[in-house]
Amino acid sequence: MDVFDIYDKMERNNILLSFKGEITSDLLTSILQIMENKMDNMQEEPKMKKKVYNVLVECLQNLYHHLDEITEVDSEKIRSAIFTIGKVDNKYSIITGNYILNENINGLRARLDEVNSLNKEELKEYYKRILNNGEMSMKGGGGLGMIDIARKTGEKLDYNFLEIDNKVSFFTLNIKVSNQQN
Amino acid sequence: MEKYSIEGTPKTPSINFDLNGGILEVKGRSIPENSIEFYKPLVDALDKYASAAKPATTVNVQLEYFNTSSSKCILDVFKKLEGINKGGSAVTINWHYEEDDEDMLEAGEDYQAIINVPFKMIMVNE
Repeated sequence: MDVFDIYDKMERNNILLSFKGEITSDLLTSILQIMENKMDNMQEEPKMKKKVYNVLVECLQNLYHHLDEITEVDSEKIRSAIFTIGKVDNKYSIITGNYILNENINGLRARLDEVNSLNKEELKEYYKRILNNGEMSMKGGGGLGMIDIARKTGEKLDYNFLEIDNKVSFFTLNIKVSNQQN
Repeated sequence: MEKYSIEGTPKTPSINFDLNGGILEVKGRSIPENSIEFYKPLVDALDKYASAAKPATTVNVQLEYFNTSSSKCILDVFKKLEGINKGGSAVTINWHYEEDDEDMLEAGEDYQAIINVPFKMIMVNE
């Protein structure tokens, strides 16, 4: 493994933090703390800091909950995920990647496309409808995470599924957070 | 039970519920992975309070961050308060948001649109 190559790629992409491995609750607590300190040190403006923090919480907790769902599958590597957080030209990028069972792709794709088809006002109404539908997933989110990310960033959800074999694919989500008014 | 209090942590808010005074305060961050577990004791305390509610109930919510996992639980708390309001205790929910935090203001307005209880939006200077 060429470590300099990894370093160089991270440097050129202005990566602030990157992680690959199992996502635990304690890890998320630490990561959020580190990112908060970094943004303080960078003297990030409060509004941007809040937005990035909020979106980061949703992205990382998505990973955390979805790794739970995939424990049935035998392979060890499947419990692991990757994320990177970078900043280029006053725009933060949060990229996450995790395995997903092929049978769950259509459902997720439909939800993401639905979110992407809505404008700002429609997203607000959709959020309120899901919030108030009385359904609660075991984790409590009940499908609000992606809607919230779209609302807070004001951007479409940029995603991809890469098929690995007949059981699993690798799902990536590429989120941009900027200060533009939307 | 006259008081239900818990201290805040990096992922959960502090809660101070004075059942005798009819004052509930929720302050800090609410970003736990499992929020149902966290909010259940508060929902239970509200059930208890509902049977002997004070003539007026004041609720102060001052959250810096909350995740979508918490948002449904917060709605459950507000629905309990809606029931208490209906039962004869005049409930007011004071929703605090920091200056410039439009997302937090908007989140308060989302709840206001769903819950039939008077809300006050209160801006706090950072």
